[in-house]
Amino acid sequence: MARTISYREALNEALVQEMERDQSVIVMGEDNAGGAGAPGADDAWGGVLGVTKGLYDRFPGRVLDTPITESAFVGAAIGAATRGMRPVAELMFIDFLGVCLDQIYNQAAKFRYMFGGKAVTPVVIRTMYGAGLRAAAQHSQSLYPIFTHIPGLKVVLPSSPYEAKGLLTTAIRDNDPVIFCEHKALYDTTGEVPEEPYTIPFGEADIVREGDDLTIVAFGRMVSVAAEAADELARSGVRCEVIDPRTTSPLDEETILESVENTGRLVIVDEATPRCNLATDVSALVARQAFGSLLAPIEMVTPPHTPVPFSDVLEDLYIPDAQRVVNAVKNVMSWER
Amino acid sequence: MTGTLRPTGALDATALLDGYRTMRTIREFEERVHEEFAKGDIPGFVHLYAGEEASATGVCTHLDDRDSIASTHRGHGHCIAKGVDVTEMMAEIYGRRTGACKGKGGSMHIADLSKGMLGANGIVGGGPPLICGTALAAKQQGTGGVGVAFFGDGASNQGSTLEAMNLASVWNLPAVFVAENNGYAEATAATWSVAADNIADRAAGFGMPGVIVDGFDFFAVHEAAGEAVQRARDGGGPTLIEVKLTRYYGHFEGDQQTYRGDEVARARAELDCLKTFRSRVTAAGQLTDEQLDAVDREVAELIDHAVAAALEAPKPTGDDLETDVYISY
Repeated sequence: MARTISYREALNEALVQEMERDQSVIVMGEDNAGGAGAPGADDAWGGVLGVTKGLYDRFPGRVLDTPITESAFVGAAIGAATRGMRPVAELMFIDFLGVCLDQIYNQAAKFRYMFGGKAVTPVVIRTMYGAGLRAAAQHSQSLYPIFTHIPGLKVVLPSSPYEAKGLLTTAIRDNDPVIFCEHKALYDTTGEVPEEPYTIPFGEADIVREGDDLTIVAFGRMVSVAAEAADELARSGVRCEVIDPRTTSPLDEETILESVENTGRLVIVDEATPRCNLATDVSALVARQAFGSLLAPIEMVTPPHTPVPFSDVLEDLYIPDAQRVVNAVKNVMSWER
Repeated sequence: MTGTLRPTGALDATALLDGYRTMRTIREFEERVHEEFAKGDIPGFVHLYAGEEASATGVCTHLDDRDSIASTHRGHGHCIAKGVDVTEMMAEIYGRRTGACKGKGGSMHIADLSKGMLGANGIVGGGPPLICGTALAAKQQGTGGVGVAFFGDGASNQGSTLEAMNLASVWNLPAVFVAENNGYAEATAATWSVAADNIADRAAGFGMPGVIVDGFDFFAVHEAAGEAVQRARDGGGPTLIEVKLTRYYGHFEGDQQTYRGDEVARARAELDCLKTFRSRVTAAGQLTDEQLDAVDREVAELIDHAVAAALEAPKPTGDDLETDVYISY
């Protein structure tokens, strides 16, 4: 039965249900218990934004507080995954992944290939990305393209509470290393989520809005921005198809190409900075494989190629919003061959 | 180095022969790879372990398949000591399809997870965090297993290694950290790069015992490792063991070793772990030269066979290029 819960609660529920289902699922991260010395569940933070709240007392011995020591505990999660555990490590902000990048891109990502197919590394690294909380340049980045670039990793960008629960359940059950990217500005958003466990397959895009005038491909939090733009455009008679790829690796190329072959027009909305991001990647895909279908140049809606600014005025200008998407769509629609 | 040799202890003849066979296999493997590399048939980088045999062997004789080790870029000795198939190892170094990693890993990445060998590791300091995880898994699963991280003097300065020791202590993990101090991180002397008299001194900062052993003395390593492994199995937490030794070859094959003097000649002549082992067990009447010579012949045949098999083995094909990136590619 579905009921309305938040993105944060949806993630928490996926963790609880998978921990109940499978004893090998363990959770580790900073401030799970608000410091391992916290007196009880009421005091336990459940991670810096509360996603794991309640787990520390509910699953004794399976929710591990860690020192601020990303290389060691992310490496430990990876090592434990090679020996029969299914660890879910929380790495607070995606910006901090640089501290332990070796463990992710040189170790976990490569074990299977480098060891001739004999390694299984079912680790999930949950982290949060994105601008919007006035958290400035070192706590606001959208670095998922870096991980998408690395063969051996799977990269997930849930765009709603429903997506969050289903995709995290899939991630925990997956036998490859998964980088699970939660947008910090989505935690308090709400939506209908089934109570029972369910999975959403990786590599299968969701068509959020149907339409045959123009295709909008949007990632993570940008899906709701694109949907808002599509609703506005629909009122002026432009029918946009909005696609949420859900995972950037694997990427559902087929759904994107089919849609562009139908509409002939493409706008991509990506919160990552514009060089070598998902927007450039999808542009290249369509330019190579659906060039003959295009009725207009492809447009990308992204932040500028700058660090994320602190000032509210600047940060609001930085983040792509629905108006920018509407403008981009109108530009593409006005193109005459 | 310790001035006096440890007693050969309570090891029976079978255990002594096993220890000697492992050390001899590592030595023969490495000397042969050194020769074959010079012929130009072995691609890439090769970092040889010759001279350090007592360390891998003295530690790994205490381990079984429930125990995991993480290794270094100088990993052949650890692989052999942990029971990885020597023929598959040689084929891997030659980049063959029959190799331990189907020719996709090479010398720096030989692994056999079924033996608890998590891989030689091309990243200095890459292994210790992983061992926190295998030790954690053993603890969670109640297997009684331990995780052993081998790393060098270079990695002892890496943050990941220090973080891992801290975490192992905070979590009271069944882990053993084995710092193999061969005096050089690539071409840089540990006397310059390690800001302490001994790497083992750093253990105090992580609330664990730190032990220094003579890496030429199998019995010294065996005894220290035995205590550390038992302590870990008993729930007593991690130990740092610093094994002081010398590598007989350069950092990599082809290294001209302009950064060091004649310590290798002295080590080979006066300190060598195989010679020392042999003289002590024969003097004590525990084994005879005939028994040890028989092991030498058996090992030489094994390595001959491994090289011949590697040279005859097929190389991977284009069909292998894109396999095994993900579970179901």
